[in-house]
Amino acid sequence: MSWISLTWANLTRRKLRLVFTLLSIILAFLMFGMLDALRTSLSESVNLTGADRLISLSKVSIIDSYPLSHYEKTRAVDGVDSVVHLNWFGGVYKDGTMQIPVFPMNVEQFFEVYPEVKITPDEFATWKSDRQGMVIGTVLAERYGWKKGDRIPIKSSIFRKANGGDTWEFNIVAVYSVENSAGWDNQSAMFHYDYYNESLQFGRNEIGWMTVKVKDPDQSEAVAKRVDALFANSSDETKTGTEKAFTKQFMEQIGNIGKILVSVVFAVFFTMLLVTANTMAQSVRERTNEIGVLKTLGFSAGAVLRLIIGEALFLTIVGGLIGFGLAVLAVGGLQPTMKKYFPIFEIDSSTLVISLVLMVALGVITGLWPAVSAMRLKITDALRRG
Amino acid sequence: MANTLSQIGAVTAMNVRNIPERWASSLVAVVGIAGVTLVLIAVLSIAAGFRQALELSGSQDVAVILRSGATNEMSSGFGQEGVTIISDAPGIKRVDGKPQISAELYVLTEAKLKGKESGGNLPFRGVSSTAPVLRKSFKIERGTMMREGTNEIMVGKGVMQNYEGLEVGKTVRWGNGDWQIVAVFSDDGGIAESEAWGDVRLVQQVWGRGASFQSVRARLTDDSEATLKKLKDSLTKDPRVQVAIKREPEFYAEQQQVMATLINGAGWIFAVMMGLAAIFAAVNTMFNAVASRVREIATLRAMGFGALPVVVSVLFESILLGAAGGLLGGVLAFVFLNGMQSSTMNFQTFSQITYAFTVTPQLMLTGVIYGLVLTFIAGVLPGIRAARMPITSGLREL
Repeated sequence: MSWISLTWANLTRRKLRLVFTLLSIILAFLMFGMLDALRTSLSESVNLTGADRLISLSKVSIIDSYPLSHYEKTRAVDGVDSVVHLNWFGGVYKDGTMQIPVFPMNVEQFFEVYPEVKITPDEFATWKSDRQGMVIGTVLAERYGWKKGDRIPIKSSIFRKANGGDTWEFNIVAVYSVENSAGWDNQSAMFHYDYYNESLQFGRNEIGWMTVKVKDPDQSEAVAKRVDALFANSSDETKTGTEKAFTKQFMEQIGNIGKILVSVVFAVFFTMLLVTANTMAQSVRERTNEIGVLKTLGFSAGAVLRLIIGEALFLTIVGGLIGFGLAVLAVGGLQPTMKKYFPIFEIDSSTLVISLVLMVALGVITGLWPAVSAMRLKITDALRRG
Repeated sequence: MANTLSQIGAVTAMNVRNIPERWASSLVAVVGIAGVTLVLIAVLSIAAGFRQALELSGSQDVAVILRSGATNEMSSGFGQEGVTIISDAPGIKRVDGKPQISAELYVLTEAKLKGKESGGNLPFRGVSSTAPVLRKSFKIERGTMMREGTNEIMVGKGVMQNYEGLEVGKTVRWGNGDWQIVAVFSDDGGIAESEAWGDVRLVQQVWGRGASFQSVRARLTDDSEATLKKLKDSLTKDPRVQVAIKREPEFYAEQQQVMATLINGAGWIFAVMMGLAAIFAAVNTMFNAVASRVREIATLRAMGFGALPVVVSVLFESILLGAAGGLLGGVLAFVFLNGMQSSTMNFQTFSQITYAFTVTPQLMLTGVIYGLVLTFIAGVLPGIRAARMPITSGLREL
């Protein structure tokens, strides 16, 4: 008890210093918690891809297309459950310069391949019967103020209609939302391939890529090989791989975000290390005299060491826990927004474990040097100083 | 007033001379600020490199012509007839009667990125012999210029650095064709360095694109608005073509908007949060500095020095540390980061853009100013505290 009150008295002798040191530690752990949530959301999303889904692209490149006939042939491949074929429409709304991810597709099979995307059975029935029907994600609905029942024009930045026009009209029949999926996001729009294909001026009967659902996830590699073998040595070869591999490659191409985040966290902690070490060193220097008194009173060298390291630990653990708590609150608050763009955004238990380890490490490292110098202090020197 | 100024000078000079006495805690403040500015400059230099690659590679007197409605080269398209119409339009510079235009085809291929498990989407541009003329600072770095009508290709400097095995002398299989790399070229860090170039006729053939092109670059007779308008008026009124015409810098600025905004935003969010932490660190340092000089300050006040000179001297010491930290951060960023190669995705075309971290003098200045601002804020509280200290108790302090 007396040990705690002694530590407390020492910490509070300069209240402003205590406050500012705590604040900087709190901020460091707040940043750490949030950045780590972002890092895990990027790395973990790869694990949220469908294990039973394959992506089949043109072997030439991601933007090249192949004939629609690939679709029927792929459906017949042994081990294939269902197939959805998609095109990149290059949709633009009004005078926008940003392309909206709009995909013409065979809508009947879509929900078999992507069961995590949810609309009601009634809406699905309406969609199937309305050839101009379109289903949009919640993010698009919010961004453009579209709602079920609206009729909207979307221009293609790539394709032209046979009559020279470049705008297709759609009826919004449903707004979907999808969670915990790295395969499909909330900012896409889907509509009937036929409505698109029959009005095209060029590029008719071509599809951009296929998502293939396999019957047995353990067989996905084998099925992928079978699909590619089917088109090998033709003028339209395919390159088929798991959705996981595809997502991973896409993430890698964006750049090494994980590495950048780790560097920033490292820089933050290095700064914090300096701040806390400085505070501890300063506070011990100021108390040289008192430490001499403590030793005179019979405190052992080890007790003095424990006292000072205890002070440092108190600072880093209290500050760290508050900061981490704030990070949990902040991540929780941002979650509804982030979940629309990232399949996952949360602080998991590993972040807490790493934080705790860091708090203890930071406390011990910053307390050690002043503590050792205080421990070695000769009583006579200490009392004479100041 | 003159008296106050001379007092400020005297106290500040004394203060600065004293810094070595408190070197340890001053060093902490300097290193802390340096860390913050380093992170700020690092992130912003990515954005600057990105801008260098896109926006700055454009020339004011070059127009990029796409099909109207297209948001990038990939979604655009022209037939041979369209290109001929464009080449006859007014406002385009002619040399020996030949219009200075380059009709190009833009496709993607895949190549393995260095240090990564999978491939990147490499832009492969079909060009003719006029393409280099329409780039700002095209230069062959190694090898010889590709010859028209052959399967010879050239790769940009960024491509050579970021992808595996794309060097002069190597043969690659892209599309359903074999291509021989005969040169590496540079374009002053411009976007072209992210691309591979091959003969347009062969690229059309291998990619099954008939005689189609996706963009036309045209050198204008001059960079005036009138010239551009003449070209625009002539082509937009022509019912045979549907085009959108932009100056090259404007076109590139649109292409990089999303990414640049993202990087800049992230950079400043990091910098502000870290900056707050650094302010707290600097406040502590300055409080310590003031605490160690309590007696000295009280003596000065007793001798008749005013409160203002004391505040100013503390602030000055603080921003001096900030300047040192900012400078250190800037120099470290320049030494370790400038020129570092990386690549990312252009979300408009899903293709890879290579860029180099670019630490400009302007960015270094931004870093120093940021350091100064942080330490100025940090110096205010301790300064006021020093000035407000009761003289009598100050003199009694140990």
